[in-house]
Amino acid sequence: MQNQTTTAEQVIPLQIDDLTVAYHERPVLWDVDLSVPAGKLMAIIGPNGAGKSTLIKAALGLVPIASGSIRVFGRTYAESRLRVGYVPQRTSADWDFPTSALDVVTMGTYGRLGWFKRPGKAEAGRAMRSLEHLGMADYAHRQISQLSGGQQQRVFLARALAQEADLYVMDEPFVGVDAVTERAIVGLLQELRERGKTVICVHHDLDSAPEYFDWVALMNVRMIASGPFSEVFTQENLARAYGGRPYAFKHGAA
Amino acid sequence: MSILDLLTDYTLRNVALGSALLGIVSGVLGCFAVLRRQGLLGDALAHAALPGVCLAYMLTGSKAPLVLLIGAGISGWLGAWLLLRIVRDTKISEDTSLGIVLSVFFGFGILLLTFINKRNDANQAGLDHFLFGQAATLITENVVTMAVLGGVALLAVGALYKEFKLLAFDPGFAAGIGLPVHGLSIVLTGLIVVAVVIGLQTVGVVLMAAMLVGPAVAARQWTNRLGVMILLAALFGAASGVSGALLSVTERGIPTGPMIILSMTAITLISLFLAPERGLVWAALRARRHRRELAPPQPAGR
Repeated sequence: MQNQTTTAEQVIPLQIDDLTVAYHERPVLWDVDLSVPAGKLMAIIGPNGAGKSTLIKAALGLVPIASGSIRVFGRTYAESRLRVGYVPQRTSADWDFPTSALDVVTMGTYGRLGWFKRPGKAEAGRAMRSLEHLGMADYAHRQISQLSGGQQQRVFLARALAQEADLYVMDEPFVGVDAVTERAIVGLLQELRERGKTVICVHHDLDSAPEYFDWVALMNVRMIASGPFSEVFTQENLARAYGGRPYAFKHGAA
Repeated sequence: MSILDLLTDYTLRNVALGSALLGIVSGVLGCFAVLRRQGLLGDALAHAALPGVCLAYMLTGSKAPLVLLIGAGISGWLGAWLLLRIVRDTKISEDTSLGIVLSVFFGFGILLLTFINKRNDANQAGLDHFLFGQAATLITENVVTMAVLGGVALLAVGALYKEFKLLAFDPGFAAGIGLPVHGLSIVLTGLIVVAVVIGLQTVGVVLMAAMLVGPAVAARQWTNRLGVMILLAALFGAASGVSGALLSVTERGIPTGPMIILSMTAITLISLFLAPERGLVWAALRARRHRRELAPPQPAGR
């Protein structure tokens, strides 16, 4: 365990250089650089249409890139795939699918399992422990459409946990969740950091970001700044990200 | 006709076996098509198979089932490939693309069929059975071909079960863990083409889509587990296949496709309305009770 942590610290979990992504010739990401240090909880912040989701999808090889390089633990994503856990937006899945919460979490073990092999007792056990971790053990055998939005989000987080990764990439996990789920996610983030894991999380809320995360990337198609909040969340940077209007914090001096 | 005839009568045995095979294969593959919200894909692929059948006959002059089915398979594949390209490379939406592929291929098929009929050769009789199906024309050779094709398709689904499940439930996550999502979609579409080819002689190109969609929709009503849903769909497909085919054989000249689809519609309607939990009847009753509980009490004496 100790050994694993040191290797994770030696190699940068995610290093993006000169990344450009375009949809139908319109650039969504323009010349983006980003370095995510090991052991940080990083929020990716920016207005709607800033390309936040596209950035993490590009990092995971899910959208074609026009130019640039992406290294995950110093290798290509395909080579490091088993060290990465992914939480897509909740709406990416079909929640009326005929399956249970436990079965969805078991899908987190498919990556290690490989082709053709069926999940067995070991995989089901791992899935069950992940559900327990998020306070969802009582719902293991529920049909997924009978879960609330927040419970569905916790199922998705449990599935990523079952991937047993070193880097977790999450797309808006806090959107539309109840207070219990919000606390569960925050608790999970803290615990992942204590275990030396790295988390990158698309986040939409400027006010809660400094509370939940300790590192931030502020972007709007281009990368504006990344680093600790005290350096990144300056009036000038926020104005550049949010179209010139100075952003007023809800509880602070504007 | 008795159960004994089913086992001893040559025609009846072939008809029953062939339609059961068709029901099982299309029931299983239809589950994935329905869960991926691609119910109409089967419709387009089935219609796209018709010109292949005609061209195979015109080029070879043979009506050997294998020749015609290979023709059907190739043109079905071509239709599927064209569909994927239209969706990927243009801004035309998926349902419009389905409509384009379906009508262009089917129109061309009908044109070829008319041309063959006009040629007035005695050998061509029977090609138009591919429109609505005619189970009575099934011979042992057909049934063996269907069994081999269907067996391969079912084995493929068995081997790729967890990959197909993830593809249908959450394609984004599937791609994230490195599954070749596009390749798996192509394989799944190819397997649906196989199911269509199996059904051509029995159900025909026009009604084949119902054979893919019906059993899956009915099965989904009774269970919340994918494995159970697939088994039920296979069972419903086989039951409607056999009953429809036998009904059409007893009365000569009735096309089999419509009879099979009628039996299946019965199963599907019962499932939609009466299945516990998801049945529409119970949902309506629940809604009514709910309304009554929420309604303010009526003032007495008015």
